[in-house]
Amino acid sequence: MIRLVTVSGPPSSGKTSVILKTIDCLKAKGFSAGVVKFDCMSSHDERLYEKAGIPAKTGLSGNLCPDHFYISNVDECLTWGVSSGLDFLIIESAGLCNRCSPHIKDILSVCVIDSLSGVNTPQKIGPMLKLADIVVITKGDIISQAEREIFIFRVKQANPKAMIVRLNGITGQGSHELTIMFETATKQSALTGKRLRFSMPAALCSYCLGEMKIGESYQRGNVKKMSWGK
Amino acid sequence: MKREFSTIPFNDVLVAHPYAKDFFLSMGMHNFDTSRTLQQFVDSLQDDQLEDLGLDRLQLLEQFEHFIGKMRELSIAPSKQVDSITIIGGHNKTGEKEQVRFTLKPGEVICVVGPTGAGKSRLLEDIECLAQRDTPTGRQIFVNNRIPDEDQRFSAEHKLVAQLSQNMNFVIDLTVGEFIAAHADSRMLPEPEEIANRVAKCANELAGEQFTMDTPVTQLSGGQSRALMIADTALLSPLPIVLIDEIENAGVDRKKALDLLVKEEKIVLMSTHDPLLALMGDKRVVIRNGGIADILMTSTAERANLKELEWIDSKMTELKNLIRAGGAIEFDMRSHFQFDSV
Repeated sequence: MIRLVTVSGPPSSGKTSVILKTIDCLKAKGFSAGVVKFDCMSSHDERLYEKAGIPAKTGLSGNLCPDHFYISNVDECLTWGVSSGLDFLIIESAGLCNRCSPHIKDILSVCVIDSLSGVNTPQKIGPMLKLADIVVITKGDIISQAEREIFIFRVKQANPKAMIVRLNGITGQGSHELTIMFETATKQSALTGKRLRFSMPAALCSYCLGEMKIGESYQRGNVKKMSWGK
Repeated sequence: MKREFSTIPFNDVLVAHPYAKDFFLSMGMHNFDTSRTLQQFVDSLQDDQLEDLGLDRLQLLEQFEHFIGKMRELSIAPSKQVDSITIIGGHNKTGEKEQVRFTLKPGEVICVVGPTGAGKSRLLEDIECLAQRDTPTGRQIFVNNRIPDEDQRFSAEHKLVAQLSQNMNFVIDLTVGEFIAAHADSRMLPEPEEIANRVAKCANELAGEQFTMDTPVTQLSGGQSRALMIADTALLSPLPIVLIDEIENAGVDRKKALDLLVKEEKIVLMSTHDPLLALMGDKRVVIRNGGIADILMTSTAERANLKELEWIDSKMTELKNLIRAGGAIEFDMRSHFQFDSV
């Protein structure tokens, strides 16, 4: 049995820093934790985790959507975590399109967003933000108090249910609070049969299948056109 | 959950809850016929429209109920009633007990002093998360002489600390007027334009150089930005504690700034080693080796010295202004700083 937490968020929002700081706190409380990191092309984060003495694995999705790849491998991740005898497994996924929601029902899910990304960002992110249990807001230390308050308000509008934590990825301020929330994660032994909170986008068009030419006659499958009015 | 709002016509929801219209903005939905109920609207959506929204029907309805509930809570929340914050000592880095218990009250200015890495930010973090002997310092925080409710502890509404620091910048693409109004909007206050005028006027009283309502906030000078941040935090932030990480003596009247925060009944915590600012405070918390080593009250002798320090500071400001104006400082410094001339 292992406590599982999934962490998602747009690229460069600070997911890895958030996880590193939080695992520091978990360790100080006597827990062990491991990480599985999902990314597209390459990732240096496994080394960052190992440098911090954290068991880590990387899953590279290559030409597949990293979130689809992630959910196809999540059960094996859990098996690895259980067989490594860890107390916590944290799975970090890359939310490249701001739309994918790798959140799983009954599994504590975290969305990390960066307050420098602008006050309209919370409205632009789909289920990844709207259906998360915890929203972690990073990089708040370099913008004004008013902007922080506006940003938090917009996050509340987009996800009125979530717990919101401000975390500074450099100093770790806020990570104790997040650690206390992580401790509420339920223990799991397998994920087979569990459900996603929302379907991932289905985008199987000719370009997914390797088409390189531009033009309507080359477009097949799930094609959607912009509306240009009359 | 109970469907309180999604089963009555949207127009009727709007009467009691005008902020409900923001739900559609926050979801990126347009062209909603407000004579219908949200339930009817959701039932009429096609599957691919729902997929674009990123929520299924049930989730959308639930989200709406939560949205109204949360916004109602925010709009009726009275400005936070914090009469006192009490810090009960834990231990320092080497495990020795902190023999302190002290209380912070609205209108007080408390300086936090100690070398870099001593544990100043840890103390602030303990206050921010209302530590209950569950952080590395083992400290406990009481609000209004009581242990805060466990379920309220982690909701963003019950945060207590606003921060002002030299490293903070405006990044938003709005003018001063629009910016303050957006902040007032996020607090659901009526007449945001009127509030914007009040905050800007107050900021201009603190700033050395005046700015207009049409100035983009990203174009403000360092001093003007600081002045606007201080005035906005004093007048518009609901948070009862203001943490200040040093205020540079450039382009902003620091004494007026502190007076404003005190007048607005903020609990001001200031991390500074500037004697002028430190003596303006009521007490100083001394941090050493991760623990609170001492609490000093600003003494009568120190208060008396403050007068002289302010005088020296004003003499320094005269010199700065002279340099700024392209002048030369060739006259005798001994007589410029001659106390007998006070």
